[in-house]
Amino acid sequence: MMEIPPELAVRIDEVISHYPVSKRSASMPLLHLFQEKFGHITDEAVLWIAQKLELEPINVLELVTFYPMFRREPVGRCHVRVCRTLSCAMAGGYELLDAFCKHADIQPHAEGHGGHLLKSADGRYSVEFVECLASCGTGPVCMIEDDFYEAVSLAEVPQLLQKYA
Amino acid sequence: MVSIARTPHPREKRLIFKNVDRPGYTPDIDCYLADGGYEELKKAVSMPPPDIVAEVKASGLRGRGGAGFPCGAKWGFIKPEETKPVYLICNADESEPGTFKDRYIIHQDPHQLVEGMIIACYAVKARLAYIYIRGEFPLGAKILEQALAEARAHNFLGKDILGSGFDLEIYVHRGAGAYICGEETGLIESLEGKRAYPRIKPPYFPAVLGLYMSPTIVNNVETLCNVKHILRMGGAEYAKMGRPNNTGTRVLCVSGDVQRPGYFELEVGGITMGELIYDVCGGLKPGRKLKAVIPGGSSAKVLRAGERYKMKSKQPDGSMAEREIGLEEIPMDFDSLAAVGSMAGSGGVIVMDDTRDMVWTLNNINEFYAHESCGQCTPCREGSLWMMKMTTRMLQGGGVSSDPDTLKSVADNIAGRTICAFGEACAWPTQSFIAKFRDEFSGLAERNGRMTNNGAPHTESHP
Ligand SMILES: Cc1cc2nc3c(=O)[nH]c(=O)nc-3n(C[C@H](O)[C@H](O)[C@H](O)COP(=O)(O)O)c2cc1C
Ligand code: SF4
Ligand code: FES
Repeated sequence: MMEIPPELAVRIDEVISHYPVSKRSASMPLLHLFQEKFGHITDEAVLWIAQKLELEPINVLELVTFYPMFRREPVGRCHVRVCRTLSCAMAGGYELLDAFCKHADIQPHAEGHGGHLLKSADGRYSVEFVECLASCGTGPVCMIEDDFYEAVSLAEVPQLLQKYA
Repeated sequence: MVSIARTPHPREKRLIFKNVDRPGYTPDIDCYLADGGYEELKKAVSMPPPDIVAEVKASGLRGRGGAGFPCGAKWGFIKPEETKPVYLICNADESEPGTFKDRYIIHQDPHQLVEGMIIACYAVKARLAYIYIRGEFPLGAKILEQALAEARAHNFLGKDILGSGFDLEIYVHRGAGAYICGEETGLIESLEGKRAYPRIKPPYFPAVLGLYMSPTIVNNVETLCNVKHILRMGGAEYAKMGRPNNTGTRVLCVSGDVQRPGYFELEVGGITMGELIYDVCGGLKPGRKLKAVIPGGSSAKVLRAGERYKMKSKQPDGSMAEREIGLEEIPMDFDSLAAVGSMAGSGGVIVMDDTRDMVWTLNNINEFYAHESCGQCTPCREGSLWMMKMTTRMLQGGGVSSDPDTLKSVADNIAGRTICAFGEACAWPTQSFIAKFRDEFSGLAERNGRMTNNGAPHTESHP
């Protein structure tokens, strides 16, 4: 069984209490807590959550494979999400993703961007395309870790990456 | 959140967005209380719940999430003598491309939403409610949790709210990056801890068999914010704003090729498309001409500049008259946008000028839907991917002359054959782009054909 730090255990119990009708509802919040703490969702985490909520492990695993934000492998120490959708693309979202890749020393895939996670060889950075971040009037937009940036110019990219280095 | 603050446009009527970008305004409860916050809740808990439902019915308020369903009628589905527990869910998934309004309410004026929700819960006798917020709003989720804690500390939430005997708990539930969680039954499944597979209706109407198979009201953030203003003004007075059957104000989100994109709260139907684009948003960029507008989020059917529409309208003497109007003259309300063959949807207006390639545009939209289909229904899962693969191939120089017809037939075979309205949402863009810009789709085939013969494939790089 996985070691759970005490402060995380407290938060887990608190979150479960938000769902008095069905503990199963706590599975997504628990996955968020695990991902925040450990960076990604391991098989052990899936088993632990399933046991805690009295579910089959597949009930938890199928959430990890369905919801794009949950990941089974680590991202870079600084993770960048660039909006790919129409209004941002019209404002230069694809160019923004390319600029992040270039300055983070990441090889973009030869073909398309199709939602793949792109990582730098040294593990410092990862970049991915995400769909509309609900800020279409100020595109192109991106998120770096949990911080949100609007109307990002290509010239700002090196400083932004530096800030999170 | 780094946010670009702006001053309201003189044509705006700010009710819901009154405090958005207001200098010195913070999300704390003290700021909200100093401004008369929670007065409507105090009034509400002294009223019999059916009276509140009646006010909302009288207001004519229609849902701001996309479908425009009358809010009072929805609440009315919950019977006062209901014995099962009733739940209320605030849909804060805001993920329809082109839509960016709920974000600002959540981040800058969370108590307006919380007050609206508490009143709504009291009206339908819900004792447990959730705010389902998209996973990409981590700061928004924290702000809402803080607001709920403050409301609890003031006994606006919890046991025996303000001595009324009414108990209520509201919790924040975070999504994790799936658009389909915006669809209300997908949202409910997700909140139950499952994959967000929408449920088939009938029988699973949320108001009958919703969360945990109990009656559930799902409302958008902006819809719920309206509730406190309806109580303050009275339903009949509220209904004087906007147009008949299209009452109140609405936040329109304009993005794309205009000089001043942004969010604008306007009386529903109080402005035409042309006034919105040219007066409020400063028109197009220098030297550009209007080409197309998607009026209600990316699922809404595209409108082409230069198109003429026949609009029926009621005359003062009660007779119906028909007149012909252009794109610029369409009033921005639910019924007018439906009458011209599109929809007001989520209020997200995406403007395209004459530099835009419609194949590129449709391909971008198709990529979105192909990525977001939940995969339950074969026509949607396969069709959305197929349409995306076709438009991608066309962009890469492999267009063939049968493409427009094939695209249309794939789209026609999705709409109406799926569990949820995502089927229509993904088919409408393809159907409308092909219908209105057919030349570009077939023209590309010819152009590309020549280019591939030369051994030089056409690749798109826009802008
Ligand atoms: C594919 C799809 C996505 C949707 N996304 C959202 C959304 O992000 N936010 C929202 O409020 N409603 C969304 N809706 C509409 C909801 O299903 C539902 O009608 C709405 O939340 C009801 O609230 P309202 O009556 O207050 O508008 C979506 C619907 C569909 C079919
Ligand atoms: S229409 Fe598409 S998104 Fe909706 S249930 Fe079917 S497969 Fe899922
Ligand atoms: S299109 Fe990028 S935020 Fe909406």
